[in-house]
Amino acid sequence: MTQTTDTTISAGREQLRAALHQYGGILVSLIVLCVIFTVLNERFMTVANLTNILQQVAVVAIAAFGMTWVILLGEIDLSIGSIIAVAGMAGAQALAFGWGFAPALLFTLAAGAAMGLVNGVLTAKLMLPSFIVTVATMGIYRGLVSLPTNGAPAMISDPAWTAIGGSSWLGLPIIIWIVVALFLFNHILLSRTTFGRRAYLTGGNREAALYSGIKVDRLKIAIFTLSGVMAAVSGILLSSRLYSAQTNAGMSYELDAIAAAVLGGTSLAGGVGTMVGTLIGALIIGVMNNGMNMLSVPYFYQLIVKGLVILIAVWLDVRAKQRRS
Amino acid sequence: MNQAAEFVLSLRDIRKSFGPVEALKSMRLDVRPGRVHTILGENGAGKSTLMKILVGVHQPSGGEMVLDGRPYAPHSPKDAAAQGLAIVFQELSLCNNLSVAENIMATHEPARLGFINDRKLRAEARALVRDLGLPVDVGAKVGHLSIAQRQLVEIAKGLSKPAKVLILDEPTSSLSDSEAEILFGIIDRLKARGTAIIYISHRMEEIMRLSDDITVIRDGAYVAMRKRDETSIEELIALMVGRRMDEIYPPRLAPAPGADVRPVLDVRGLSCAGRFRDVGFEVRPGEILGFFGLIGSGRSDVMNALFGMRSTSGDIRVDGKPVRLRNPADAIAVGIGFVTENRKEEGLALDAPVRSNISMAALDGFAGKAGFLRFGKERRAARAEVQRLGVRTSSLETLAGKLSGGNQQKVVLAKWLLTRPRVLILDEPTRGVDVGAKFEIYRIIRELAAEGTAILLVSSELPEVLGLADRIAIMAEGELKATVARGDLTPELVMAHATGTHQ
Repeated sequence: MTQTTDTTISAGREQLRAALHQYGGILVSLIVLCVIFTVLNERFMTVANLTNILQQVAVVAIAAFGMTWVILLGEIDLSIGSIIAVAGMAGAQALAFGWGFAPALLFTLAAGAAMGLVNGVLTAKLMLPSFIVTVATMGIYRGLVSLPTNGAPAMISDPAWTAIGGSSWLGLPIIIWIVVALFLFNHILLSRTTFGRRAYLTGGNREAALYSGIKVDRLKIAIFTLSGVMAAVSGILLSSRLYSAQTNAGMSYELDAIAAAVLGGTSLAGGVGTMVGTLIGALIIGVMNNGMNMLSVPYFYQLIVKGLVILIAVWLDVRAKQRRS
Repeated sequence: MNQAAEFVLSLRDIRKSFGPVEALKSMRLDVRPGRVHTILGENGAGKSTLMKILVGVHQPSGGEMVLDGRPYAPHSPKDAAAQGLAIVFQELSLCNNLSVAENIMATHEPARLGFINDRKLRAEARALVRDLGLPVDVGAKVGHLSIAQRQLVEIAKGLSKPAKVLILDEPTSSLSDSEAEILFGIIDRLKARGTAIIYISHRMEEIMRLSDDITVIRDGAYVAMRKRDETSIEELIALMVGRRMDEIYPPRLAPAPGADVRPVLDVRGLSCAGRFRDVGFEVRPGEILGFFGLIGSGRSDVMNALFGMRSTSGDIRVDGKPVRLRNPADAIAVGIGFVTENRKEEGLALDAPVRSNISMAALDGFAGKAGFLRFGKERRAARAEVQRLGVRTSSLETLAGKLSGGNQQKVVLAKWLLTRPRVLILDEPTRGVDVGAKFEIYRIIRELAAEGTAILLVSSELPEVLGLADRIAIMAEGELKATVARGDLTPELVMAHATGTHQ
């Protein structure tokens, strides 16, 4: 009996040490960034601005949760920025047809799922590299956005839809509740269920997973579909905040999502990564965006800084990998 | 004559640690000029580490090396080459899209100001190839050559710089007999020139034919040096494994099941286009059926087919009931387990902990409501297997990639034992594991059989099959040539079937 307790305690301690080892670096980075921006601008560390950051992070964070699954599997999904735009447009059109809030919401999520499914089927069944598949669908989906309106934005006036991005519940913006809920959903699905375990194992070694009876094709399709759904949620939030569906919505968000996942320790080789890490990674990106905006850093400098941050993160990942072996 | 002049290369007490792992403990080696010196040891004995130290890929943690009377401490393969030590790797290191000449002269192309003198490059390569008597055209693209020809080009590449010592790492593993003869001719010429050759091979006949001196190593340490004329294959094997042959294979715990016992797996007329034809065999609970065949005989393809990885025609029955195996999940569902040949490719997720590697194939057994994992149950089951198989790991959370080869293999075994297989396929189960782990794996195989598991043991090591199997199925060229009971077996008979020379 004592032995069980001992091992539980030591397992717990080991988990804590592993968590510190895993997240220590990026947590410190996040805190350092916050300190720097606080020093440079007194308006940074205010409740209003922090809430603002969380709201801004929401769209990228949710897309990044989906991206984390895909990268964990050793794949990539470059089409999510386009899926975000299609989702917004799908919702706007459904509302414009007078479908009402709930049906429009379901339709939008279904559209995201369908686009993810296409990515998954092409990748798994035709054995095409996901990089190529999603570069292609990135273009296709981006083109689809403009079909209903010939490239014009579509306004959204449905009060429930716009309330998602604009109102609060229990003192917190609804958008933050959604992020928290989806974080918990993805985190638990990844760390506590056989589905998540299979994703880790398949990403770690596809052949070994296959030989262990894991149906890797099915898993891959499911995960691309999940990524599509997450991107659709992002699209709903974005269109809700903008009161409209824009054809260029979500442009290059896939890069922010990849950056968040990789900053959070997800390995591009697959098999390694967590939702906690991705959430912290998304916060780092959000804080950088917000802080640099407040300091009026020109947009092109922001791009350069973000690019450098991603490079450093990937380099650290590769170095850690080399040390492990 | 003093020592320095007698030996061209001399190693004393060489040690090498990788973190806590001691790959080499106390290595010594004395190589004389103009002689072939074979290094003999099992997989995992430390041969490759030793080679990597010799060519400067790794630096020793301690000890002393002397080359041609001078202290030798190469810091890179290039440095080693400059000091007169060349190596021909077992794995091909050629660029397929370049010509033979370009590959041979790679890294020291005749050039001025960075511009390669193509004509001179070809001429030098041609001279070298002619000198060695290789049947290859220096203008041909390497990608168009056969594997054996590439191996010969690799050797020419190794010899393109003047070398005092040439290391040949399993050079004949992909050569046919006639191509091997070309290589042996080259070795004779090099010997006559005074080049020392360090030779690594598993083929005992070849070793006895070529070697002048043989150093046996085991578990990272020097065991003995013998002159070829003063030793025998039996003595060398005994030195290599550290015990006599008859002590290696644990005896059967219970008699093999008789023909009256119903087979758990019955395969009839199994064919797979282009790979194997009309394979039929059966295996009973508690029986060990050996599968022997040379590389390319189709034995691994048959095993993959039994595991749903190949589309086949024919009849597979488990417990007398016909089954369809479309994927590994189907095979696992009917009670088949498969310890694959390459544990790093098909066996383990190296970045995942030991625990989740062990539970990988039996994951549904640890699923509660809505697919939630039952971690406590998983840990208990994994710990039980770790204890039963004696896996040496600091904890269940250790990453599988951090374990030694033998312990990794035990994790793969544990993974399959958790599925409680009725039929367990073991494809080269002891490849790349150290001697100690090998014996433990043999013991585990015996125990599993005693518990009633039917075992299909695939191995290219004939002694292993002869030592463990109750019957042996011999494959050649995609056909099952014969199934012979243990009592009637001799190594000669098995080889005759496997090479298709049996009358």
